[in-house]
Amino acid sequence: MFNKETLDAVRLLLLFQADDHLIIGHRNSEWTGLGPILEEDIAFSSIAQDKIGHALGLYSILNENLGEADPDTLAFMRNETDFTSSHLVELPIGEYDFSLVRHLFFDLAAHIRFEDLATSAFDPVAKLARKVKGEIKYHVFHANTFIKQLGHGSEESKARLQSAINQNFGLALGMFESFEGEQLLIDQGIYKGEAAIREAWLGEVQAVLLEAGLKMPDASKVEPVLGGRKGFHTEYLQPLLDEMTEVFRVDPAAEW
Amino acid sequence: MYGGGYIHDDQKKKTDITAEDPALLAEFEARIARGEKIEPRDWMPAEYRRQLIRMIEQHAHSEIIGALPEGTWITRAPGFRRKLALMAKVQDEVGHAQLLYSAAETLGKSREDMINDLINGKSKYSNVFNYPSKTWADVAVIGFLIDAAAIVNQVANSKGSYGPYCRALERICYEESFHLKQGHSIFVYLATGTPTQRAMVQDALNRWWQPIMHFFGPSDKMSQHTETLMRWKVKMASNDDMRQQFLNMYVPKIREVGIVIPDPNLRKNPETNMWEFTEPDWNEFYEVIKGNGPCNAERLAVRRAAEDNGAWVRAALRKADQHYVTPLA
Repeated sequence: MFNKETLDAVRLLLLFQADDHLIIGHRNSEWTGLGPILEEDIAFSSIAQDKIGHALGLYSILNENLGEADPDTLAFMRNETDFTSSHLVELPIGEYDFSLVRHLFFDLAAHIRFEDLATSAFDPVAKLARKVKGEIKYHVFHANTFIKQLGHGSEESKARLQSAINQNFGLALGMFESFEGEQLLIDQGIYKGEAAIREAWLGEVQAVLLEAGLKMPDASKVEPVLGGRKGFHTEYLQPLLDEMTEVFRVDPAAEW
Repeated sequence: MYGGGYIHDDQKKKTDITAEDPALLAEFEARIARGEKIEPRDWMPAEYRRQLIRMIEQHAHSEIIGALPEGTWITRAPGFRRKLALMAKVQDEVGHAQLLYSAAETLGKSREDMINDLINGKSKYSNVFNYPSKTWADVAVIGFLIDAAAIVNQVANSKGSYGPYCRALERICYEESFHLKQGHSIFVYLATGTPTQRAMVQDALNRWWQPIMHFFGPSDKMSQHTETLMRWKVKMASNDDMRQQFLNMYVPKIREVGIVIPDPNLRKNPETNMWEFTEPDWNEFYEVIKGNGPCNAERLAVRRAAEDNGAWVRAALRKADQHYVTPLA
């Protein structure tokens, strides 16, 4: 029912989101065993599992409905330049302040996106989004809770969060890079588009930061870090992919 | 998974049972003999409390330290199915640590004190986690055989006398049975896979067999007097019995997929119906307990770094008007 140009744009949208979810899930899983408290260790691991699961769901639609390779091939066999992840998700976990702020930025955006996609005219995506948004609600709840607690915690925790927010705001804006065919998706009720998602996101981030006693950077003065969607990546993606595919590449034809 | 079958005890710390009130002690022992559970607010001998704290604490430490050798393979797991399963598995282990620290806290030692004792090297954890996990096949061997060994130990301990520990163990064993399936599945895929995969899993078993044989501790003939602990239902099965049970259940499962156990003397004696095997190197076992294993320093360094890096988070979450409350798990 959709023409080729439209389906190509759907393909891009899904690939961007699948790659972002895979990479942030991978990063969040690196907290396993290393969290600042056991409960956070468990929370980050749980969120990471959901992200990897959401990536799998998105790759599965690409495979089943859009003729792309199977999910394991897409995730474990592509070259770095074929990935479309945003730079925000590629950075190493760093300290907990960075990981927490990234978690807030990412999950507020993911929640808005999947809320929108839940009513998408492209049925397979709408079906997946209805399931996913219910899970992301808890991720947002977790991020908000910790941002507020640490925002009102000690001088140090407040300063650390504010600094992570300021330093990574441009990276966060890079999640909303526009892409070819976006207007086709907007016109046909498949997706409301990056600019609209970004506007909603700015409002939600502002609300959370206000409650946490933290300052919102002026988005009009921050340059978005773009390029990820077009295959230009940070120096951190290739080593991540090398690690992720280390075992798989021993024998890609083998069953593991 | 992962409670060490062998429970290290520093004999110098033992408290004198004869100093206890004889009437209270008699009633306490009678309750245990009747199969009743001891609960946090009940009277208990000081030695019982000390032994349980030590045992539950070591078990909890084993869970969080055990998350490290496996956790390192989460980012390398081949394919979505394995990655998701391993993430969930290791997360469960950290969850077990949380349950167990709560159970130990009911006896009066805070989680913070326990973790401090761990990173300062005062408190032990299962020796098996002081060995490196070198390849993906190690994930199979740990998940399958070390979890299996731990289940043998924990199912026995779940019938012990201390209520909070038993309840934690029941839940833990339920989850462990899934871990064992996860480990067994990887093990079977590797053992029945390509020559490279088979070689990987054989190599992993060769390296892990001795730590597995160490897992339940030295023979009861060689180990300390455990009569009181058995009477108090703190220790529920002898080291030898657990090791025999483990061999009975898992040697056939290893052999059925054509993997060779690296002990030419391993056989079941048809007359005694007992497994005979080459004694593992017990000197190495004691050296690892003392901190001289291949990964002791690394594991504690990682744990210490995690504690240090997270200190500002914990400090910020602590409210000035909060008081410590012992949980009643």
